[in-house]
Amino acid sequence: MEFTSLVFYIFSAILLLASLRVITAKNPVHAALSLVLAFFTAGCLWMLLEAEFLAITLVLVYIGAVMVLFLFVVMMLDINIEEMRRGFWENLPLAALVAILMMVEMATVLGGSRFGLTPPAPKPADYSNTRELGLQLYTDYVYPFELAAVILLVAMVAAIALTLRRRPGRKWVDPAEQIKVKRNDRLRLVSMAPQKPAAPKAAEEEEA
Amino acid sequence: MTPLNLTPALPEIFVLALACVVLLVEAFSKKPEWSYTLTQLTLVGAGAITLLTAEAGKVYAFNGMFVDDLMGDVLKLVSYAAAIVAVAYSRAYLSERAMFRGEYFVLVLFAVLGMMVMISASHFLTLYLGLELLSLSLYTLVALQRDSMVASEAAMKYFVLGALASGFLLYGMSILYGMTGSLELTKVVAAVEQGSSSLLAFGLVFVVAGLAFKLGVAPFHMWVPDIYHGAPSAVTLFIGSAPKLAAFAIVMRLLVDGLHPAVGDWQQMLAIMAVLSLMIGNLAAIMQSNLKRMLAYSTIAHMGFLLLGVLADSYAGYSAAMFYVITYALMSLGAFGMVVYLSRAGFEAENLDDFKGLNARHPWLAAVMAMVMLSLAGLPPFVGFYAKLTVLQALVGAGWLWLAVIAVIFSLIGAFYYLRVVKLMYFDAPHANDLAPSGEADVRALLSLNGLGVLVLGLVPQPLLALCAYAIQTSIQ
Amino acid sequence: MNLDYFAELLGPAWLPVWTLAKIVAIVAPLLLGVAYLTYAERRIIGYMQVRLGCNRVGPWGLLQPIADGLKLMFKEIIIPSGASKGLYLLAPVLAMAPALAAWAVIPFTDTLVLADVDAGLLLVMAITSMGVYGVVLAGWASNSKYAFLGSMRSAAQIVSYEIAMGFALVGVLMSAQSLNLSDIVQAQSGGIHQWYWLPLFPLFLVYLIAGVAELNRAPFDVAEGESEIVAGFHVDYSGMAFAMFFLAEYANMILVATLTSTMFLGGWLSPIPGLPDGFFWLALKVSFILFLFLWFRATFPRYRYDQIMRLGWKVFIPVTLVWLLVVAAMLQTPWAYLFH
Repeated sequence: MEFTSLVFYIFSAILLLASLRVITAKNPVHAALSLVLAFFTAGCLWMLLEAEFLAITLVLVYIGAVMVLFLFVVMMLDINIEEMRRGFWENLPLAALVAILMMVEMATVLGGSRFGLTPPAPKPADYSNTRELGLQLYTDYVYPFELAAVILLVAMVAAIALTLRRRPGRKWVDPAEQIKVKRNDRLRLVSMAPQKPAAPKAAEEEEA
Repeated sequence: MTPLNLTPALPEIFVLALACVVLLVEAFSKKPEWSYTLTQLTLVGAGAITLLTAEAGKVYAFNGMFVDDLMGDVLKLVSYAAAIVAVAYSRAYLSERAMFRGEYFVLVLFAVLGMMVMISASHFLTLYLGLELLSLSLYTLVALQRDSMVASEAAMKYFVLGALASGFLLYGMSILYGMTGSLELTKVVAAVEQGSSSLLAFGLVFVVAGLAFKLGVAPFHMWVPDIYHGAPSAVTLFIGSAPKLAAFAIVMRLLVDGLHPAVGDWQQMLAIMAVLSLMIGNLAAIMQSNLKRMLAYSTIAHMGFLLLGVLADSYAGYSAAMFYVITYALMSLGAFGMVVYLSRAGFEAENLDDFKGLNARHPWLAAVMAMVMLSLAGLPPFVGFYAKLTVLQALVGAGWLWLAVIAVIFSLIGAFYYLRVVKLMYFDAPHANDLAPSGEADVRALLSLNGLGVLVLGLVPQPLLALCAYAIQTSIQ
Repeated sequence: MNLDYFAELLGPAWLPVWTLAKIVAIVAPLLLGVAYLTYAERRIIGYMQVRLGCNRVGPWGLLQPIADGLKLMFKEIIIPSGASKGLYLLAPVLAMAPALAAWAVIPFTDTLVLADVDAGLLLVMAITSMGVYGVVLAGWASNSKYAFLGSMRSAAQIVSYEIAMGFALVGVLMSAQSLNLSDIVQAQSGGIHQWYWLPLFPLFLVYLIAGVAELNRAPFDVAEGESEIVAGFHVDYSGMAFAMFFLAEYANMILVATLTSTMFLGGWLSPIPGLPDGFFWLALKVSFILFLFLWFRATFPRYRYDQIMRLGWKVFIPVTLVWLLVVAAMLQTPWAYLFH
């Protein structure tokens, strides 16, 4: 067995265990963290397949951003796991059936014989996956790429249009206005003629 | 790597750029009127560009992902016009309901962009992306009236069912990709010609189901009445008009451009769906008391009719279907436009009872509405008659006599509920709840034009018919 | 060099051993640097605030970091009874590991780099983006309101500023036309005016400031916020567990300073073409940026939370986007050489 195969099996085992933990962990935070581990191991597996751009992007996007926000939400929730667990055993047979079916389907498809796939030859060491992807995306696939970007823009507009609520009576300060304030707007210097304090004198006189 | 040829996609680029400008204008000006004007100007400008760059014959761009042909240009032009009219109709309605915001216009523009992309797609990927762009904008438009429970529910239903339909479509496409090894329609058609297999039919079922969902034909029609009813009338007006053109385009691109060698398979599916739609649409519409719901069921029936034209599988059939969808957009704009026009703050003129005795108070509006209704029913001399007639001719010409007979029978049944609206307006006593049109002169004029257009096109259908026939002939091999 | 002799002696085990040796050669000076960075911080801020700073242990207080380390090592690690024990202990490790791992791809000179990977810039971003887990988990696992608030603040802040940071780096890779850190430095050769701080000045500023925010350092230290939430996410930590967070923060400081030097200040290159290049210049630049970090801390009051968010989303992201457009447009003109 080659060294890479060994690494592959180790990573695969970790990936499977982590995925299992995602669905069996009692605590949702633990489940989310297992998902992080699963993503990371999947990234490592991709790295093994010489898909370094995808691997790094998986880590950067899913672990670095998506899962952080996910954890953010999960940590604030008070989820009753027992409540959610109810009905697990009743649904298990059906779920298992579906899972087995999917596995069989994938095995038939990914066997490769149907589509006449042959494993691609390994690329030379200086082959830059990232550069090739960039070239493809920005030349041959620029149109769908831009469209996907527009869809994301619409999603953003939609999310903001549907959730932004301007509450009346909200108090806030505009930092630009704050900075623009000049001394003369707030402070008035009044020049006064010097005066001798009168009251203490009166008190002294009284004492005397 | 081929050099980029951006000219065919100029209208798309223009609309995208201006949509972003509208977004910025809204963010900084806080005056929705500007967004409104800019939106209309954008659509007009896109129309001008499309007209100037239109030419007979197919031009491919972006590595075969984009196709510019006459069918696409005509459909795009009608889409702009429909969007312009829809936006103009809804101005007062929106401002009375605190929805007259830049987001509305931005989303409409993006929806139009999505339609344009769909109309010009020659690749599974762009087809799907255009569809998603359109759908996502429409979901949001439906939900835009946030305080309305009905609208939120409609948006949720639309979203879930739409996602399901997208899933179907994608699944079908993925199977076809596995079969043919390409996502490009021109290559797919070549690969399909090599040999049809059972796996192809399997993929086709999913593609057709997904399309049927998006078109809203039976048995995938359940969402249509709920969404038409629940959405704010101004949005229903938009959804009911322009996207139908794009849906027609996507059917043509996928089934005719891409999968024509499998015509025997999809003809049968379309035939079943068409019959079911005619049946369900026309029968269910009779029972509705809500005009929006009634029109929703009528849409289902009309989309069934549209499928009849497509499944005739001849130039005559395709051009009849194209004529049908263009005229349907016009009639739908008129009908929903009237609903929007007669609504005012706090009151939706959406029940059939609200139209009782309209003639006594607003005779001209009643006349316009009557023209639209009679046209929808398919009575001469209105355009709806010619639309149905050409489809039936094509159908009989292709040898589908029994389908034509069924279509005629259900059209006759369907005529009942359209005529009932006319009867309510002319022969019933006015309802206590008086209708007060918002009374903008320009909208009123546009609405009159819309109604008269139905009549004029009915009297002189030849130019449009010829245009459709020419467009189809130059665009479909 | 007698390396070949050892290589023969160890056979197939040579590669791991040699790599390990290189890792130790990077990490050991780094940890020493961290120790003396804390010393420098106390002395410099003390000087800025007109007081002495630590001067008791050893000559000029030079042994103070060692004393601190020893003290923390012998302190008890207290685990709160309601804490989620495994995660509580995992959190400091998660904070520390990315701070060290990212050093693998940093080039110290044109030949001295542990792993000269092609997508080094991306890799650094991916690894550093994982640092937030330490903070988030520490806050959650402590089962304390203050700690939790601190970690929530930190998560939102780091995710927000990562975008601006990423965009700033996009500018660098557009100019250098490479993701490899050594190539990026090489692309800046030719003197101080060729370094990217000049053509990419707005991005340089954004990167530097966003870097401070990513570090949770003053004036963006709301995650700790002594005056509001005691010490934020590590309020319940003690002994070595606390020391790990401390080390991670300072190691990250040095990392960000090094990255800024590499990306915008020409890495190991000398500012004047005639002078020899070398690690010395990198150390000098890193020290300068570290000094800036300390200076910020001594000078600026803490940002309010909403102001931090505003700065990140409404100022930095638009600034970077606009400058990216400028760079992209300029690269298509005859003046493109200014940006290469």
